[in-house]
Amino acid sequence: MQELTKSLKVSLWFMFLTFPLMVVRVNTIEHTVEWRWMNMVYMAVGSFALSFVWRWALRRKEMAKAAPERPRNAFTERLGSDKRFTVSVYGGLFALFALMPWIVSTYQTNIFISFMLYVILGLGLNIIVGVAGLLFLGHAAFYGIGAYTYALLNHYYGIGFWTALPIGGVVAALAGVVLAFPVLRLRGDYLAIVTLGFGEIVRLVLENWSDLTGGPSGVSNISRPDLFGHHLSVAGANTYVYYIVLVMAIVTIIAVQRLKDSRIGRALQALREDEIACQAMGIDRVNVKLMAFGLGTAWAGFAGVIFAAKTTFINPASFTFFESAIILSIVVLGGMGSNLGVILGSAFLVLMPEYLRAFSEYRMILFAMAMVLMMIFRPQGLIAPKGRKYIINDPDLAATEGGKA
Amino acid sequence: MATVLNVQNLSKNFGGLRALNEVDMRIDSGEIVALIGPNGAGKTTFFNCITSIYTPTEGEVRFTPKSGTESRINGMKPNLVTGLGMSRTFQNIRLFKNMTVLENVMIARHCRTKGGILGALLRTPAIRKEEQEIVDRSYELLKYIGLHRYYNDLACNLPYGEQRRLEIARALATEPSLLLLDEPAAGMNPQETASLKQLVLRIRDELDMAILLIEHDMSMVMSLSERIYVMEYGCMIAHGTPDEISKDPRVIKAYLGEDHA
Ligand SMILES: Nc1ncnc2c1ncn2[C@@H]1O[C@H](COP(=O)(O)OP(=O)(O)OP(=O)(O)O)[C@@H](O)[C@H]1O
Ligand SMILES: [Mg+2]
Repeated sequence: MQELTKSLKVSLWFMFLTFPLMVVRVNTIEHTVEWRWMNMVYMAVGSFALSFVWRWALRRKEMAKAAPERPRNAFTERLGSDKRFTVSVYGGLFALFALMPWIVSTYQTNIFISFMLYVILGLGLNIIVGVAGLLFLGHAAFYGIGAYTYALLNHYYGIGFWTALPIGGVVAALAGVVLAFPVLRLRGDYLAIVTLGFGEIVRLVLENWSDLTGGPSGVSNISRPDLFGHHLSVAGANTYVYYIVLVMAIVTIIAVQRLKDSRIGRALQALREDEIACQAMGIDRVNVKLMAFGLGTAWAGFAGVIFAAKTTFINPASFTFFESAIILSIVVLGGMGSNLGVILGSAFLVLMPEYLRAFSEYRMILFAMAMVLMMIFRPQGLIAPKGRKYIINDPDLAATEGGKA
Repeated sequence: MATVLNVQNLSKNFGGLRALNEVDMRIDSGEIVALIGPNGAGKTTFFNCITSIYTPTEGEVRFTPKSGTESRINGMKPNLVTGLGMSRTFQNIRLFKNMTVLENVMIARHCRTKGGILGALLRTPAIRKEEQEIVDRSYELLKYIGLHRYYNDLACNLPYGEQRRLEIARALATEPSLLLLDEPAAGMNPQETASLKQLVLRIRDELDMAILLIEHDMSMVMSLSERIYVMEYGCMIAHGTPDEISKDPRVIKAYLGEDHA
């Protein structure tokens, strides 16, 4: 009942607020005033319903919090503990993705290439933001550095894709380390602002150093990757790029997972939790932070090289802050620190807009709404990071656990 | 007996505030030494200075690990000090809250292991072996402290007293020669305090390390420590055996209160 009155008040308030905008229309030609009362009714009903649903969802969330912990999502739980299930799920997915270019059109293959590029970018950023807890808003700059590394090496020295791929990664990683030096002492918002600034600096340099980078018009005619020295047709090269990205994405997933579960990954997590305790436990703060940035941005470099090879044309407009924001949203939406989450996040943010072209005008609104709802109802992201399982050699343990249950 | 820690003339200024004023201290191997003093005396600041979390304004801190030579450690990076063999707990618990109990201890093995990025990516047999050794060693320590039942729980879900014990386990995992405990019994009930006392004695005897302890629980301090240092307003005002300290008029006036006189 109280909820109803509250929603009613909200709708009245909205009616009042939107009255001048939605109801009154002055026709300046005929000097008459139109009163569009119907709009007011729509407004009232709409805001009432929205407010009511909103309250109901919030209440449900409170209730869920009060209730004892429910069993974890069965699917993600099984994915990892049940070996046959895991293998068949991953095997099936792999087969699907491997056959993709032969099933779908070139246009859709392209969409999937960009999806997997974002997976690589997201996983890289996840090391910095999700695992090490450093809010980083300049990821696109390193994507750009990777892309330009290949584009310029190719343009000036004719260096091929396969040579440029590791170079791009290394250059981006080094750039990440260079950025990390001045921001070692910064945390949170301050770090975010500086990294944002760095991203913009990189973009502005690319845009204005016309002699080297071609300025805003970018670099064109970048070579597509060769298959053992053979030149491929445009469609063939596209398929080839698809497989390169697929392999690269899988490599990234495995590598990032291994890093996360390693001694280094633990140090990164500790850094996120408590810097002082981290140092007191013998972890070199500076070293670990530099590693976090280098390890994260290297993947952006790889993705950049592949991007340049795929499009054969790049310009600074592809590496704006907006791009960084998208990658960050992928990580936040998917679940900070969770690799599976990042993959789902990029699927959501890259594939959705492509397949919902009809709503393309409302894309940014939907996007923002998704983020807001996410923050309220599932702040940990789609998938909360799963803890690692350890092998404990202790015969007594089974007994104590049995006793506890 | 060999000297483990030798502090001379240590001072620390915070702007105009002199939190430590020409403090001296000496700890020998295998000793349990207590540092006491009223609130705000500068005890925690002293810990922070010798572990290099703060850089001392003046003075010298010399440290001699179990196997090794004496070195001057003030101004050194804190992680290197830990690497040398000095480890601590925090007065305001600083666990890695969102990591499991086992992982908390595993992190402290960082400075005693060396797996790098390449090893992590390739997951070589040597690295896998090292990882398993980290797990085994950390679990062993949890068992030693009596926290192994909780190994898979998040550190923030532990009861308060157990969190303090976990901090000790974590500090032990770095294999220190000198263990610094900052008010380990704060917030514990009498039973917990009693078992903590046993633990401290066991650590000293079985793991062979010197222990420096800040504590407000006088009965614990008096029964555990071989020597006591007393601090007030950043100055070391007295030092001696528990008997001498409990009779020292300055200490009684400054700290124990008139009714102990
Ligand atoms: N980082 C700092 N900046 C400025 N002043 C500080 C800082 N740390 C400590 N102080 C001051 O130094 C003095 C000593 O503080 P310290 O924490 O060492 O006391 P303590 O003996 O540990 O007290 P307690 O028994 O309450 O823990 C206090 O006056 C405190 O306000
Ligand atoms: Mg203190």
